[in-house]
Amino acid sequence: MLCLLVATAIALIAVRGLLASIMLTSVYGLLSASFFVTMDAVDVAFTEAAVGAGVSPLLLLLTVAIVGRREAASNARRLVVPLLLVTVTGALLIIGTLDMPSFGSPDAPAQTHVAPRYLQQSGDEIGIPNVVTSVLASYRAYDTLGEVLVIFTAGVAVLLALAPAGQGGSARAEPPAPEHLAPHTILQVVSKLLIPFMLLFAFYVQFHGEYGPGGGFQAGVIFASGIILYGLLYGLPTVCRVIPPPVVEVLAAVGALIYGLTGVLSLLAGKNFLDYSALAADPVTGQHIGIIAIELGVGIAVAAVIITIYYAFAGRLHTRED
Amino acid sequence: MDVFSYFNYWVVVVLMMLGFFIVIARGNLVKKLIGLNIFQTSVFILYISAGKVMGGAAPILADGVELYSNPLPHVLILTAIVVGIATTSVGLALVVRIHAAYGTVEEADILEQDATC
Repeated sequence: MLCLLVATAIALIAVRGLLASIMLTSVYGLLSASFFVTMDAVDVAFTEAAVGAGVSPLLLLLTVAIVGRREAASNARRLVVPLLLVTVTGALLIIGTLDMPSFGSPDAPAQTHVAPRYLQQSGDEIGIPNVVTSVLASYRAYDTLGEVLVIFTAGVAVLLALAPAGQGGSARAEPPAPEHLAPHTILQVVSKLLIPFMLLFAFYVQFHGEYGPGGGFQAGVIFASGIILYGLLYGLPTVCRVIPPPVVEVLAAVGALIYGLTGVLSLLAGKNFLDYSALAADPVTGQHIGIIAIELGVGIAVAAVIITIYYAFAGRLHTRED
Repeated sequence: MDVFSYFNYWVVVVLMMLGFFIVIARGNLVKKLIGLNIFQTSVFILYISAGKVMGGAAPILADGVELYSNPLPHVLILTAIVVGIATTSVGLALVVRIHAAYGTVEEADILEQDATC
C-alpha cells in the first residue's frame, strides 16, 4: 500500500500537465484512505476518502478550468539545488527516525500517556462506543471548536478573495445564463439516482457517528460533495436555485454558532465551557445531548463552508466565460 | 530490531521529500499546491502510524476486545484533513486572483513581470 503511494507521488513529479496531476492526486487520496483503514483509523479513512479523493480534486479541477491546464517545462539546471536540498533533508530525517520507538509497539510513549485513560474511562463517562467521537466532541471539544472556526474563517477568506467587485463581499452567482455545454445525459441520469443516496448516507454518517465511524466532519464533506456533483452536472444556475448561496453563507455561521452556544449553555448551567454534563440531570445523558448538538453544528458548518467555496470558484468560472 | 519496524516512517520521509521537491522545483503555482498536499498527507501518515498498536482494533468499544489502537492521533488527523482542504482552497483562491492580475500562474513569468514594473 505504501509502495503504491510512493509510486503515485513519483508519477506526480514525472507527469507534466495539470489535468493528469489532478487525476493522480485523486488516486493518491484514495490510496491513503485505504492505508488508514489498515491502520485501524476508520474515522480518518472516511474523511480522507471524501476529501482527498473527492472534494480536493474537484476544487483543483475548477481552478485549472479558470487558470488553464498547461504547465511550463522546468529548467533542468534549476533542479540541481532542490534535488540536493531534498536529499540532505531526507537523509537527516531518516537518521532521526532511528530513535523512534518501533512501529506498532504497545509500550511506545504515544500509547502510554493519555490514550489508556480515554479507552478505559470514556465508556463510563461519555457512554458511547466510538472513542474517537468522545475525544473529538467531549474531551477535546475546545480544539474542535477552534478547528471549526478555522474552517469558517477559510470559507470567509475564499469569499473575500473571489468575490466579483461591487457585490458587497458575497460571491453570488450571476443570474442564470443559458447553458452552452451539451448535457451529459448518461451522467445526469446516473447522478439523479445516486445523489439522493449520497445525501441520505451523509445523514446516516452524521447521526450514527457515536456508534460507528463517522461524525459531523465526514457527514459535512459527503453532503457537500453530493451537492457539488449536482452542480457539476446540471450547471451552477440550477444548483443555485435548489440551495441559494445566501442561505449557505448564513448556514456556515449558524453551524459555528450552534457549537459555541452549546458551550455557553453549559457555562450558564454552572459548569465549565463545553462541559456537557450540565445539560441534563444525568451527566451521561448530558454528554449525549451535547455531543449530538455540537456534531450537528460541525456538520452544518463544514457542509456549508465547502458548498460556499464551490460556489465561489464556480461563480468565478461562470463570469469568466461570459 | 528488524528493518521493517521503521518502514512506515521511512515512507513518510520519502513522501514528504517528494512533496517538498514539487513545492520548490516546480514553477506552476497549482502544482506547488499539489506538492503541499502530498507533504501534508505524509504528516497524516506519520501520526496514524504512531497511533497503531500491533494486534489492536479500531477504537470503537466492543465486548471481548481488549487492545485498541490509539484514538488521539485519529482525532487530530481527522480534523486536520478537513482544515487542510479549507486552507488549500484559500491557496487556490489566491492562485485564481494571481492569474487574474498577472495572466499567468508560472512563478518565473510572475517574477519577470514584477521586475519590469
